[in-house]
Amino acid sequence: MSSYRRYGLFDLRGAGRGDAGPNEYYQVMEIALRELLIERNIFSADDVRRQVEAMDGRNAGIGARMVAKAWLDVDYKTRALANGSAAAQEIGIEVGPTKLIVLENTESVHNLVVCTLCSCYPRMLLGLPPDWYKSKSYRSRAVREPRAVLSEFGTEIDHHVEVRVHDSTADMRYLVMPLRPEGTESYDEVELATLVTRDSMIGVALAADPSSSRQGG
Amino acid sequence: MSIDAVTPCFHVGDRVTVREAFAPGHIRTPWYVRGHAGTVERLCGVFGNPEELAYGRSGLPRQPLYRVRFTQRDLWPDYAGQANDTIEIEIYQHWLEAAGNRP
Repeated sequence: MSSYRRYGLFDLRGAGRGDAGPNEYYQVMEIALRELLIERNIFSADDVRRQVEAMDGRNAGIGARMVAKAWLDVDYKTRALANGSAAAQEIGIEVGPTKLIVLENTESVHNLVVCTLCSCYPRMLLGLPPDWYKSKSYRSRAVREPRAVLSEFGTEIDHHVEVRVHDSTADMRYLVMPLRPEGTESYDEVELATLVTRDSMIGVALAADPSSSRQGG
Repeated sequence: MSIDAVTPCFHVGDRVTVREAFAPGHIRTPWYVRGHAGTVERLCGVFGNPEELAYGRSGLPRQPLYRVRFTQRDLWPDYAGQANDTIEIEIYQHWLEAAGNRP
């Protein structure tokens, strides 16, 4: 075995740890398992690198494209609500083995997604989950006091609107389709997609206000 | 035995109760819904049982997976939100029984 420092996936992904400090327990375990699988020719180091590259390449723009299309095309929206996975594939989004459920926000229902057991997240549509989504605080409080959590995100949901929390505990993944903002009647799909933020597709925020979003370019 | 999948026995709109079981090991049914009654929102399909798959076993027979809707105030008596706020959770059939049939 060579003596150079081995890199955990988190180092490969450049997730902020850099070279600081020794590897932690789970990093050591991940490295050991990965090296064994490579030695046994289950997969190659290049397979791992490509997978990490693909994971890092996904971002919320993919989900935003789907939402924007659904805002513009009622038939597509109907298909997306009936079968999220098929609707994603229809516009060239690779969803993998998990099943996607699209949740439509309406004038009477606001949807919020959490995974209390771990951190299940529609990575194929939104990229890697934000740190707060994985925190014990969000995971426990989103089901217990969702309106307080929403309020801390700056999102006040009217009293007559039902807050519906979705605990992503098993084989489904969830994408919230936020309400289309007013004043966007003339927008095309690309312009609409700029309003569909990551947080609005988790449900902790509404779609961006078009007036402020356009200023930001 | 070569049964690949368990037949779904609940329908959309059925009232169901989550078993109040506390089995050890890898379980996908959160504590906070155990023993509570909710309504079947949809059948998601049949999936390998994660409680078996987690230990390298086959996961067969596959289990029907439902989305069950609960009223927040049923889960948390002191819930501070609105009376019609809800929560939906995926629950496998072997964790459910028809509401009213609790021992």
